[in-house]
Amino acid sequence: MSEALIPMLGVVTAIRQDTPDVKTFRVEALGGGKCFEHMPGQCAMLSIPGVGEAMFSITSSPTVKEYMEFSIKKCGCLTDWLHRMDVGQQILIRGPYGNGFPVEGELKGQNLLFIAGGIGLAPLRSVINYCRHYRQNYGNIQILYGSRSKDDLVDYQEILDEWMQDEGIKVYLTIDRAQEGWDGHVGFVPSYVEELGFDPQGKVLVCGPPIMIKFTLQSLEKLGFTKQQVFTTMELRMKCGVGKCGRCNIGDKYVCKDGPVFRFDELSELPDEY
Amino acid sequence: MKKIAENRLPELYQALSAERKLYLPLEEGGVVGYGLYSPEKKTALTAPSTVKSPKELFFPQVEGVVNFQMQGKNIDILPIEMPKEDFVVMGVRACDVRSFDVLDRVFLSDPVDGYYAARREHGTIVSLACDQPQNSCFCEAFGIDAAAPAGDVRCFIREGVLYWQALTDKGQALTDSLFGLLEEAGPAGQEQQEAFTAETKEKLQALPYHGLDLSAFTPDRLGELFHDPKWKKLSQACLGCGSCTFVCPTCQCYDVRDFDTGHGIQRYRCWDSCMYSDFTMMAHGTPRPTQLEKFRQRFMHKLVYFPSNNEGMYSCVGCGRCVRKCPIHMHIVKVIKALGGKKDE
Amino acid sequence: MQGTAQLILERARELMQSGQIQRVLGWEKGEFEHDPTPAFFESEEELQNFCYNDYCGANLSKYLIAASKLEGKTLVCIKPCDSYSLNQLITEHRVNREKVFVLAVPCPGMLDPVKTEGKDLSQGERKDYLLDKCLCCKGAEHKIADETIEGPSLDLAPEDRFAQVRELEALSPQERFDFWRGELSRCIRCNACRNVCPACSCVKCVFDNPNSGVSSKASADDFEENMFHIIRAFHVAGRCTDCGECSRVCPQRIPLHLLNRKFIADIDELYGEYQAGEEAEQRSPLVNYQTTDKEPSDALKGRG
Repeated sequence: MSEALIPMLGVVTAIRQDTPDVKTFRVEALGGGKCFEHMPGQCAMLSIPGVGEAMFSITSSPTVKEYMEFSIKKCGCLTDWLHRMDVGQQILIRGPYGNGFPVEGELKGQNLLFIAGGIGLAPLRSVINYCRHYRQNYGNIQILYGSRSKDDLVDYQEILDEWMQDEGIKVYLTIDRAQEGWDGHVGFVPSYVEELGFDPQGKVLVCGPPIMIKFTLQSLEKLGFTKQQVFTTMELRMKCGVGKCGRCNIGDKYVCKDGPVFRFDELSELPDEY
Repeated sequence: MKKIAENRLPELYQALSAERKLYLPLEEGGVVGYGLYSPEKKTALTAPSTVKSPKELFFPQVEGVVNFQMQGKNIDILPIEMPKEDFVVMGVRACDVRSFDVLDRVFLSDPVDGYYAARREHGTIVSLACDQPQNSCFCEAFGIDAAAPAGDVRCFIREGVLYWQALTDKGQALTDSLFGLLEEAGPAGQEQQEAFTAETKEKLQALPYHGLDLSAFTPDRLGELFHDPKWKKLSQACLGCGSCTFVCPTCQCYDVRDFDTGHGIQRYRCWDSCMYSDFTMMAHGTPRPTQLEKFRQRFMHKLVYFPSNNEGMYSCVGCGRCVRKCPIHMHIVKVIKALGGKKDE
Repeated sequence: MQGTAQLILERARELMQSGQIQRVLGWEKGEFEHDPTPAFFESEEELQNFCYNDYCGANLSKYLIAASKLEGKTLVCIKPCDSYSLNQLITEHRVNREKVFVLAVPCPGMLDPVKTEGKDLSQGERKDYLLDKCLCCKGAEHKIADETIEGPSLDLAPEDRFAQVRELEALSPQERFDFWRGELSRCIRCNACRNVCPACSCVKCVFDNPNSGVSSKASADDFEENMFHIIRAFHVAGRCTDCGECSRVCPQRIPLHLLNRKFIADIDELYGEYQAGEEAEQRSPLVNYQTTDKEPSDALKGRG
């Protein structure tokens, strides 16, 4: 089974409805435990025979030893199917793919600011929980997370029960429009970034819709952050995951292999075809 | 060096195909393509070119990867056996032999593609030196010597005789298996080769694309070339078909899809084309929305991105197939000439 | 041809200068005589690269779908055979007639670069080098024009375009099946036939929809290999003008036009002679039910 395209078998052991269109799936190997190890920010190919195969970021932290989790938004053929399946469903999985965030490199010992929009929290959650696990290796941790509405906040319970309870971690939440039962901040992520006026120290990890990323970067630059401080993770169509099928490239970089995590100064050197 | 008279080639084909499969250019329906030899087939060893390149013998247009059975919530994974049949492909020209080096870079780099690797291992390449380069050919621009192709065995034909020279152990083993069929060429073989080389060189120098200049295509000019406004004009009439891609010996992009066989699901991979509308399509859209971006991707990949990742090796071998087959005559040479000139030209 | 090209250019320049047209859709000079490319020319400067020569076989009418969405009028060079396609596209509301200035250009029959490669054209007859589609020329008359450029036309009695169809009809079902299997098995699914076809104007082809269960780039089996072309022929039946572009662009030289001609022959037989694109806004027999139409059972009689 050394062939890159041949998947292994996993089983879905838990399904959590996060938002109206996002579910988090727990996947274990058939005999229990994880199908493979990974680093924060890496991805895996999930597939159902006859339905399709697609790349998803692994949202659980590598420090979780029992299972992997995937937070998946319903937006296409395969994701529709995944949203309809029940616990106990076997699923095909292969990976891990990509470089991941440099949690043991450039990010180590740094103050970290996480900025996520909507389902963009999925890849960052892996990093956040990894850094919480190895708390002593990192400086201040701040998390800014926004979504369309309160109901669209992914991992809301975990944010309330765990992240907000941690000392030395600050969480800022925002939603696009005011709604009943929400007394927190209202407004888009980029303007909230400016409002909060973060100290331009340490590293920033951004993930969300392209338009949010674009304006967030502008806001960060206004605050004095440089492109070298900011990381993001890309999403492009992938088929193989190993740099051979030829479609996920941005210029001469393959997102599946050289990415999906890029620093913005690297990204700005590449053609803006993403 | 060995030799055999050209009129005895059917005997050679018979001998080669006795123990293993033999693929060589065949004529069918007025076009020439690599096909499985059998005595009733019309061979076209010396035809100037084939429509499709021999890449499909190593990287088939469609191939099964793995099968699945679904039962309730359970999935059975049924692996497909790796290719393990020995075969010979004969008549491969220098450009196409070079294309295997390009494909090797992709498929034999980590993680190795097992299907391709197995076919490379089981395939023996008998190349044929080119004595009739076409007006659309430009292999010379990539440093390829049309008269001296690589391969496991190298052949050339001159004055009614096919000369045969093993270049690798695999080629030697094939030669040994042909028993008494091949004769020693002796010193005359060397003379013939020199004459052949000289003649071919002359023909190459007379080609219209002789001296094609690739010097503008270097990885450090990636941004400049990418943003060149000429792409708009170059791509405006592109039909978005896959002719260029599918006749190309180095295009290697593939799709992975599932097919319901009625008895289960077969996952297969097939050639894909960056010219196609769904190539990079995702649920939320595509980063290459118009034909301009798709067209640009194909040529940037061959002339800039691939060399950037492979020590300057272009993923074009100058075989001229796209030049001959593009329905609107918009091809890599026109792109090279348009973008390769000075910016103000 | 030199003279014709000059006349076209002069007229195009005048119309551009007077502001009546914003751009010209024609052919751009290649590196050689035999490789001009369809092109839009937006300025008089760009028109310097315009050409009209013996190798302008490409049918430009389909590009007008895109041009219809552009600002202003597009002057298009239309050969007699292309004019049928243009009418058909107007009939199907794919091309906006108001946005098009039709310059009818004369055609002496176009040459096939495959047939002429390495040949001395002064040897042999022009007929030997013509594109296959020109051998069944529909004549020198344009079926749509805003203005006509005069010039030499093809001086050749056209071949009977249904001769090969009849030959195929005369075969036994098995022989016919074998013929088409042989031809279609060469298909490489490049989709050039579909993409060039003026009748294939769907915004998104079913074969490009990943959810359709068929793939546009791989034949999962023989059945699909056959069906792609047969489905396409059915889809363009009654709308195909027999422009011959499908066979011209096929890299494997599959005679795809014979499938279309078979349908045309059947339509002629069942509903009376009908030429798609003869005039704009005409109704194809297949979408124009008459109480006098033959019953489907009649149509099936005497068929293998």
